[in-house]
Amino acid sequence: MSDATLKIFRGTREIGATVDYRVPIAPGMVVLDALHYVQSHLAPDLAVRWNCKAGKCGSCSAEVNGRPRLTCKTRMDTFPQDKPITILPMKSFPVIKDLVTDVSWNYKVNKKIPPFQPRAGVEWRMYQEDIDRVQEFRKCIECFLCQNVCHVLRDHDKQEQFGGPRFFVRVAGLEMHPLDGLQRTGLLKTELGIGLCNITKCCTEVCPEDIHITDNAIIPLKERVVDDFYDPLLGLVRKIRNAKEPAK
Amino acid sequence: MASAGDTRLGRAAGQPAWWLQVVPVILGLGAFAVYATLRAFEGAYFQWGPYLSPFYSPLIDVHHKYWPFSPALLILGGPLGFRVTCYYYRKAYYRAFFFDPPACAVTEKSGRVYRGETRFPLILQNAHRYFLYLAVIFMAFLWHDAVRGFLFNDGFGVGVGSIVLLANVSLLSLYFLSCHSLRHLVGGKLDCFSCAVAGRARHQAWSWLGALNEQHMLFAWISLFGVGLADFYVRLVSSGAIRDLRLL
Repeated sequence: MSDATLKIFRGTREIGATVDYRVPIAPGMVVLDALHYVQSHLAPDLAVRWNCKAGKCGSCSAEVNGRPRLTCKTRMDTFPQDKPITILPMKSFPVIKDLVTDVSWNYKVNKKIPPFQPRAGVEWRMYQEDIDRVQEFRKCIECFLCQNVCHVLRDHDKQEQFGGPRFFVRVAGLEMHPLDGLQRTGLLKTELGIGLCNITKCCTEVCPEDIHITDNAIIPLKERVVDDFYDPLLGLVRKIRNAKEPAK
Repeated sequence: MASAGDTRLGRAAGQPAWWLQVVPVILGLGAFAVYATLRAFEGAYFQWGPYLSPFYSPLIDVHHKYWPFSPALLILGGPLGFRVTCYYYRKAYYRAFFFDPPACAVTEKSGRVYRGETRFPLILQNAHRYFLYLAVIFMAFLWHDAVRGFLFNDGFGVGVGSIVLLANVSLLSLYFLSCHSLRHLVGGKLDCFSCAVAGRARHQAWSWLGALNEQHMLFAWISLFGVGLADFYVRLVSSGAIRDLRLL
């Protein structure tokens, strides 16, 4: 059995550094297993958030060798054994301790989004063709890796003006719902700042549920915002039809 | 000691070199831009027999009655605008030329004001659908040119150039059909396919375009090189550098 060196961030938001640990590698081992080994044998005070260890709870997000990942879905044998594996907390969120970050900002953003509201007099029947798109968005496990990797939050600190990919996925699920009666394009344009997204697809690249966040959620929402705010022809058609303008 | 908020956190050891993704895009787009600019200003060697270079189609004022410069300059704004505002190319050049971000989880230069696509000039990216409408006209001309490429002075025939022009317009059609805005206009904008007029047909069309859309990046690249190669072939034949091989 060979050993691997883990360089794990230890500390708080104010002060911290990576510390090296030697961990024996077993077949099929994932990074979270290695962290548990460190916790049980070498550093019992190591703080790691985890729950299901099956890639479904979204708790164990971290940055392994610079890439945001779920540590429970990242196999140790995908890394060269002769080089140290660096494990850091998610950069976009404040560190509480070691690998545990404070992701409560996400829940505040979530509260801005009006929940599902059925259309008046709606018939409660849905067809598969109407919910194909929405089902993809329901796979989200809220690991917040997409929020972490998004450069608008990560490098430009636009938390006050921008909702982030996770919440565009949520809004897409509501906006494309066949029975929902609310329009959220005004919210997308203003409070959630979808115009700040420059569609560089990092959110899609890191999504452990393989949700096509950019192509299937963000870009369709951007197109809906164009429909309601930037397309002069559609604006003219709306005026001619005396259609109700979206809330701004 | 380094704090967890340190910008260096995004550049952990073991992270793949970010420039490996960026350099091919810079070389590919840069080479095409240089070649296309030279050819657009050249104003010569764009026609031979039944072949017309796609850079010059539709051919306007070829005898310089109203326009003294290269006729390509009259029309290239359409295809250029379609590609520049394309959702795939936006991702590619934001990463490669603006380093915004250079790659996922790679720290950007600090100190720059980031406004995404919310202000002029990048807010004009929202006009992509209008370039799509223009592209319909260009596609019609290019299909006309491709068919005409089989009609020689002595009647129907097949030359290497005929196949080159047909391949070019086929690749351009795949790029056009996989466009995000087209997918939105065809059916993506609907919340409920089963409630809409011609909803089933629109759902079917949306599904097909969605399948093509998954390969939008591939079609963007091969159609870009295809159009460059088609022009290059016509130039070689037109300038007498090579003779067109008649197959039939």
